[in-house]
Amino acid sequence: MRLTLPLAASTGAQTDLLLLGLLAVSLAVLGLVFWLMLVYAIRYRHNSPVDRGALAEKSFRFEISWTVATLVIFFGLFIWGSTIYVRLYQPPANALKVYVVAKQWMWKIEHAGGQREINALHIPVDTPIELIMTSEDVIHDFFVPAFRVKRDVLPGQYETMWFRPDRIGTYHLFCSQFCGTAHSNMIGDVVVMSAQDYAGWLTTSGGGKTLAAQGKGLFIRYGCAGCHLGGGTVRAPSLVGLYGSPVPLSDGSTAIADDRYIRDSIMQPKSQVVASYEPIMPSFANVIGEDDLVRLVAYIHSLAAEKHG
Amino acid sequence: MSQIVLPQSQISYLSDGVSLRSWLLTTDHKRIAILYMISITFFFFLGGSAAALIRYNLLVPQGMIQSAETYNRLFTMHGIIMVWFFLVPAVPVTIGNFMLPLMLGARDLAFPKLNLISWYLFMAGGACALYALFSGGIDTGWTFYTPLSSNYAQGHVAAVVIGIFISGFSSIATGLNFIVTIHRLRAPGLTWYRLPVFVWSLYSTSVIFVLATPVLAITLILLLFETLFHVGVFDPRLGGDPLLFQHLFWFYSHPAVYIMILPGLGVVSEIIPVFARKELFGYKFVVWASVSIAVIAFFVWGHHMFVSGQSLFASVTFSLLSYFVAVPSAIKVFNWLGTLHKGHIRFDAPMIYAFGFIGLFTMGGLTGLFLAALAADVELHDTYFVVAHFHYIMVGGMVSAYFAALHYWWPKMTGKMYPEMLARAAALLMFLGFNVTFFPQFILGYLGMPRRYHAYPPEFQVLNVLSSAGATILAAAYLMPLVYLTFSLFRGDRAPANPWGGLGLEWQTPSPPFTINFVVTPVVTKGPYEFPKPGIEPSDV
Amino acid sequence: MSEEVAPHTHFQYADATHQSDTAVAGMWLFLASEVLFFGGLIIAWMFCRHWQPAGFDAGGRETVLWIGTLNLFLLITSSFVYSSGLAFMEAGNIRRLVQCCVVTMAIGTLFLLLKFYEWHIDLSENLFPAGPFKITGTDAGGARMFWSFYFVATVLHALHMIIGVGLVGWVAVQARRGAFDDGWYTPVEVVGLYWSFVDIVWIVLYPVIYLVGRG
Ligand code: HEA
Ligand code: HEA
Ligand code: HEC
Ligand code: CUA
Ligand SMILES: [Cu+2]
Repeated sequence: MRLTLPLAASTGAQTDLLLLGLLAVSLAVLGLVFWLMLVYAIRYRHNSPVDRGALAEKSFRFEISWTVATLVIFFGLFIWGSTIYVRLYQPPANALKVYVVAKQWMWKIEHAGGQREINALHIPVDTPIELIMTSEDVIHDFFVPAFRVKRDVLPGQYETMWFRPDRIGTYHLFCSQFCGTAHSNMIGDVVVMSAQDYAGWLTTSGGGKTLAAQGKGLFIRYGCAGCHLGGGTVRAPSLVGLYGSPVPLSDGSTAIADDRYIRDSIMQPKSQVVASYEPIMPSFANVIGEDDLVRLVAYIHSLAAEKHG
Repeated sequence: MSQIVLPQSQISYLSDGVSLRSWLLTTDHKRIAILYMISITFFFFLGGSAAALIRYNLLVPQGMIQSAETYNRLFTMHGIIMVWFFLVPAVPVTIGNFMLPLMLGARDLAFPKLNLISWYLFMAGGACALYALFSGGIDTGWTFYTPLSSNYAQGHVAAVVIGIFISGFSSIATGLNFIVTIHRLRAPGLTWYRLPVFVWSLYSTSVIFVLATPVLAITLILLLFETLFHVGVFDPRLGGDPLLFQHLFWFYSHPAVYIMILPGLGVVSEIIPVFARKELFGYKFVVWASVSIAVIAFFVWGHHMFVSGQSLFASVTFSLLSYFVAVPSAIKVFNWLGTLHKGHIRFDAPMIYAFGFIGLFTMGGLTGLFLAALAADVELHDTYFVVAHFHYIMVGGMVSAYFAALHYWWPKMTGKMYPEMLARAAALLMFLGFNVTFFPQFILGYLGMPRRYHAYPPEFQVLNVLSSAGATILAAAYLMPLVYLTFSLFRGDRAPANPWGGLGLEWQTPSPPFTINFVVTPVVTKGPYEFPKPGIEPSDV
Repeated sequence: MSEEVAPHTHFQYADATHQSDTAVAGMWLFLASEVLFFGGLIIAWMFCRHWQPAGFDAGGRETVLWIGTLNLFLLITSSFVYSSGLAFMEAGNIRRLVQCCVVTMAIGTLFLLLKFYEWHIDLSENLFPAGPFKITGTDAGGARMFWSFYFVATVLHALHMIIGVGLVGWVAVQARRGAFDDGWYTPVEVVGLYWSFVDIVWIVLYPVIYLVGRG
């Protein structure tokens, strides 16, 4: 039985340090409280003859000092925990994107190259990985203890999370939000591989057409092309170069076209209308499933590279 | 004040009518408290049996109970019964109901009929929930997260929700009754700063009852509507927002966890001075700590949602506020230690429970600080670490406080002394069993074992077996008071009016008290803990 | 106080004023909890509307404005009538109080009848959010949600109204039986507080239901 949890992601080192810090503070406080209880219980037991001397009449000074001390320690812990957390949710731009679709009770993983897997995630070591996750039904939670990360996976929404694995091996993947009968079976393996092994895995795991290429087909099939490829009578914005760039909206604000934005543009087009366009795009909610949506988003993503390259 | 001499004034409330009717239609707060006590004891052992089955299932990695569905129903039922039908009413509504008027020098609560109605509502809610739990149960967890609960779960979600809804009205009624009573029915001379701390903590608890419960009620109604008609308020497929449910639920349930600790903090603040024969250290700080917990409690609900997808800004704010709400608890712990300093400490059973409370509550609270630290919660959320955290506070803390209160006021309530040595042994056994049960769960959680798992990877087995072994000890320890307290009702020694030498008004009535509590309304001239001080010297400031 | 206690005073109170002030305080506290009850509903409502204002407004335009408005006036009138009844009570005129109660009940019942008629219209126009729904297209989701809130809110309010009519009726019966006199009429006050509150809830719901979508 081991009592420590191996760490397999460089992004988790800070969390471990924080846990250690919290443990140290707690042990110190606990030690103090238990020690005083023990000492007083023995020294001031009712039949002990010890001289109780003069009682301190005024307690004000004590109260202020321990309240302030507690506040200071608490504030320190708060700052410490928050800074790591904020960093945990800001993926670097060069992260490798992997799409995750959860449903009762399995994890479906889609790689950019078109490889698909279920209840397993293969990733290269020492590379920042960004997961773009959604659910087809209820709330699930993607939890990899060895990476010290977890994030709820909500239906109708993209949630993202990132980490940088730094140790080759196989680790637990748990669903940690209660999601119905087989919640405890919604588990899998995260396999961290060396760069060569990973390249080998990609080629042997099929794929064939990349996600983006599949998305291109869907773009025509769902009729997006009719409006968005120009030529027609409808005026719709070009999607080339959209991904990652700021979009002026009709209500005067600006949005960054990330995965979540693109998803919302397709599912609830009325919620964010591009400035100077008519809100005529129909909603594709209940029309496009999460799997196809992932492909469309990947395709629109690839259009950005097209422009730059 | 009036000095009405009513005919039944000299009769103990226990012998004032013995028919079932005289109990079921009573408006006497003491009898209603006894009704509550019988009901929650039943619910405790019911919830405890579910806990026993949970621990039995987790003995082996693949689960001793064949079907995951049964297991899911078990922990849901365990959570719902323990929270709403045992712990929420345990100290405030049971012990509080009995003691509040006595401690105020009043003859009853402000609205005795409302008090009885409140018990019937509680029982009606309980019956509804029990019906649902036994005719198939529900598998949503006690938190009812949508859209699982509204559109996916099987079972009687609606009936359970209605049960909780009805019992919520019971909470509101009691809270309202307490607040008004504390404002309006204090004996002459009983100024606010002469109130026992227990009364202050009941006051704070009642504020939460009155102001948080209605939000739960409306949330449950929306959930019910969605469940029955499959329209979306919380289900994103139908255009709703699942996080809205979580916000509304925790807006009630976080304050509710303080319902489940404030009265306990009050009980301990009552017992420590009496058994240390010394004035409560920093009375005003302890009092205002209760009140500020009740206020800040309304602003920290988002700390249950750090990984749920709420905004970063919200998470950071809720983390900071969670640390603020922990400060008053720290103040209390330090003041209890200050009270023990230079006291004359006796270790009767209530005091042993109180000591156990301080230790376990502190451990539970400190682990709450882990969870409030954002990055740490990302690792620990929804693992057994959280399970251990709240059992340390709720079972180690509040259930200990309930037993402390029960033993401390048992002589007053029943007029009988319990067997002291057995009581001490039970208290120690509970402390031991508790730690063996729940300490391993901290480690399990840190190692990554998620909660609500019917089956788990084999490497977690050793710690789980340890935990189940502890639960067996704990079960035995909980059965002991059931036996010896019942026994004492028939064979216990007669209790004197004031067995512990307490200074509160409740000790100035005979044990058990008369139906009208006080024949002559007492007049208060000093604070609740002014024990004689040996060798005082005016000290510096 | 002397040995003799006023007949209404329960044994835990010093005197009648003590008791009646306490009852009034209890009612205020109850109303505070009611505020959070309806407040929670309205906050959830506004929160949901924030995400799909167009759908909510499309739903809101389908409400029957004239009934809502008429009901608003009815309720305000009823509160006025009941308060006059209370004023008569203070002056010791119990007969007038009973008359005011009866009028208040009549107006309250009229409100409820109108409300039932409105629900009837709503249902026959397929405005109940479950099942076939009148509004289709992109605004359907928001409109359905509007109507979910509409039904939850109006049913809860109507339940409060029914309880209120019952309470006013009870006051009338007690008053006729001579249970109150100008020294003690706490229930009249307490029920009045409740009635005004139910009125105020409607004043808050009215714009949310009938006006926001049309604005
Ligand atoms: C009675 C019940 C109770 C009480 C009092 C508390 C008290 C606290 N709780 Fe707990 N909590 C629960 C019951 C309770 N909790 C439950 C039931 C859940 C899970 C619900 C579910 O998901 O099912 C939960 C979950 C929970 C979470 C969410 C975890 C998650 O799901 O990821 C968090 C996060 O912040 C938290 C924090 C705290 C904090 C900071 C306190 C503080 O109030 C604690 C304050 C006390 C102390 C800190 C100890 C004494 C202090 C000292 C001795 C001072 C000195 C210390 C220093 C100087 C460091 N709790
Ligand atoms: C509020 C009060 C409360 C109390 C008092 C308890 C008491 C106990 N709880 Fe519980 N618990 C919760 C509130 C509470 N719990 C909540 C809110 C949850 C979350 C639910 C959810 O996830 O939705 C939870 C969840 C929970 C879990 C996690 C389940 C999971 O996530 O999969 C576990 C696991 O060990 C557990 C164990 C116990 C044990 C061993 C006790 C013991 O203290 C109980 C001891 C009592 C007895 C055992 C009964 C007395 C004896 C008998 C009836 C004789 C027969 C018994 C034997 C022979 C063993 N509880
Ligand atoms: C009837 C024409 C029409 C169809 C069909 C259509 N769109 Fe659009 N789309 C528009 C218009 C007009 C806009 C700009 C106004 C707006 O934001 O709603 C737009 C906006 C967008 C945007 C946001 C663009 C930006 O610059 O921010 C995305 C992404 C998008 N559409 C993707 C799609 C996809 C994917 C499909 C197919 C599944 C699709 N659209 C089908 C007309 C259409
Ligand atoms: Cu998916 Cu739990
Ligand atoms: Cu909380």
